[in-house]
Amino acid sequence: MQGPDQLPPKGIRPPIIGPGQTFGTLTDRITGIVLTKHTPIFWFAIVGFALMLFGMLNTAVGYLLMKGTGIWGINIPVGWGFAIVNFVWWIGIGHAGTLISAILLLFKQSWRTSINRFAEAMTIFAVMQAGLFPLIHTGRPWLAVYWLFPYPNSMGVWPQFRSPLIWDVFAVSTYFTVSFLFWGIGLIPDFATLRDSAKSLMVRRIYGLFAMGWRGSARHWHRYETTYMLLAGLATPLVLSVHSVVSLDFAVSVVPGWHTTFFPPYFVAGAIYSGFAMVLLLAIPFRYLYGMQDFITLRHLQNAAKVMLATGMIVAYAYALEMFLGWYSHDKYELAMVHNRLHGPYAPYYFMLILCNIIIPQSLWLNKVRSTPWMLFLVAVVVNAGMWLERFVIVVMSLQRDFLPSSWGMYWFTKWDVMILVGTMGFFTLLFFLFIRFMPAISITEMRTLLPQAKVKE
Amino acid sequence: MSQTFHRSANTLARASILGMVLLLSAVGSALFKLQRSPYVTGQHIAPDQPVPFSHQHHVAGLGLDCRYCHTSVEQSSFAGIPPTKTCMNCHAQIWTNAALLEPVRNSFRTGESLQWTRVHDLPDFVYFNHSIHLNKGVGCESCHGRVDEMPLMYLENTLQMEWCLSCHREPEKFLRPRKEVFSMTYQQPSPEHAVEVGGTKYFSQEKLGAALKDMYHLRTMRDITSCSTCHR
Repeated sequence: MQGPDQLPPKGIRPPIIGPGQTFGTLTDRITGIVLTKHTPIFWFAIVGFALMLFGMLNTAVGYLLMKGTGIWGINIPVGWGFAIVNFVWWIGIGHAGTLISAILLLFKQSWRTSINRFAEAMTIFAVMQAGLFPLIHTGRPWLAVYWLFPYPNSMGVWPQFRSPLIWDVFAVSTYFTVSFLFWGIGLIPDFATLRDSAKSLMVRRIYGLFAMGWRGSARHWHRYETTYMLLAGLATPLVLSVHSVVSLDFAVSVVPGWHTTFFPPYFVAGAIYSGFAMVLLLAIPFRYLYGMQDFITLRHLQNAAKVMLATGMIVAYAYALEMFLGWYSHDKYELAMVHNRLHGPYAPYYFMLILCNIIIPQSLWLNKVRSTPWMLFLVAVVVNAGMWLERFVIVVMSLQRDFLPSSWGMYWFTKWDVMILVGTMGFFTLLFFLFIRFMPAISITEMRTLLPQAKVKE
Repeated sequence: MSQTFHRSANTLARASILGMVLLLSAVGSALFKLQRSPYVTGQHIAPDQPVPFSHQHHVAGLGLDCRYCHTSVEQSSFAGIPPTKTCMNCHAQIWTNAALLEPVRNSFRTGESLQWTRVHDLPDFVYFNHSIHLNKGVGCESCHGRVDEMPLMYLENTLQMEWCLSCHREPEKFLRPRKEVFSMTYQQPSPEHAVEVGGTKYFSQEKLGAALKDMYHLRTMRDITSCSTCHR
């Protein structure tokens, strides 16, 4: 690895910003990615590949709209398949962005500064992927409008407000709106920087439009800071509420394995766990490809790894609790569920989940792993796979063994299921790399405040 | 370096906020109106028919009862479209050479049915039964309008679900005595005009509706607005 990735002597933590940076170098480095005339070759390679996957997503969704959900593996008794697994997975990934931007801001964790911007972008793009699934899961998205949104339609019917599925619609759309506002407002001063650094009038106009006339006056800053804090306050409960509501989709039902009160905290912990894994998954290649080791330092990677370790332990506790509650309920269906997890036809998935989400992440206890980007990258991949498996285990294993053995069945996903899942990953990558290319991926204004020069004595 | 934007951009930016609000509300209300307009529902538009049959002439002019042609309306879900023979009962005797009636005579000769264009066409996922409505005291006119004033048949109501529900949610506002269901000129009771049922005179629809609901054993609002009542 290069110089900046060398650990400082024992007992000293790596800095949150590399040495020797000034206001000017910092601004030039970050705006340089956007305003360069020479887009790097790897950008074209990645975006090209992502476009291919995006095309595959379009093909699969197009075929779904023509043929209906019969092309998927779902059937009775497993009527919920990849669509909800992917939905929960993607929406969970989004959570780290909000946690970083809102909660860490309120707790004055200044290390959040270099990763908050792209973590917020990650949130928005992940929620977009998640939002795709409720729309397409019925195969008839043109009807989803009245299934999802309460509006005065000519049928005189409203969605069932007592159903967690409609709570979901509100939770997710609120989440998207607040995250988007937060992201957009944070970007305003940076767009102004881009506007002022750009050479061509065309580029100045485009960024100037989004900068909304930002002049950087004291009044502008005052209002900006107030708004930012207020939005952080609004976004903070959302970190906890959104995945709680998603978990209620399951917990409100009476299906064994779902009907438990600890689902909300369990889901929130899992969401932050997978979200931080995704932050690492994006930050490590980003800092490597663009040489951003001075801004996203080992300190950030270590901190993200520590958050993963903590939330991973909560998730491990939840898995233990699932087993315990099955036994404690003394209900034969719950006991059968526990038995099915360990010995049923999907037991390999369960053991893979334990391996990915509990056993392998224990390596994060080692400082060596926390400080070595490629190792962290591998752990992040494993955790994201594990979190996907977790949702698969929850959804499929509980449904495939109904109360009556006559309604037992198996679920085999089809190639169309896989194409849509992989396609959303491509779509996500595409959006993310477009974002890196055309917007400041690290907050310039907030990074400036981290410099020693910014600390003015009263 | 010149200014990136002209100073008028400030005004434009502020106006665009208002413009967006106005635009969204305009699109919203336009869609709301469009969905309920005759363009979508076909309301008040008489489609072409093989024979320009006039309900006005046959009902108001000649005084035919609805059931003379729609024979199964009291016993069946389907009101019944009359066979050509029903037309010929009279038209074998009168207007025997009228050019307008040639399709009727042709149908009678060949045995091939007349292909009417259906005006009241509910979606196939709606289970609708004429007989239950008549037997519970819903008049033909309540849904079909003043058929005796229609030279050509057209939709009086939207037949949209919110319209169905507007009655299913409070049927007492529309009920009438069974003996009046085929009447086209029935008047709801008012302080000046009483409606008599079973020897009692009613002076308000509120009282009459409540009494009829009880008398005809209407099921509860919950029951008749339940999904499976109409979508089976």
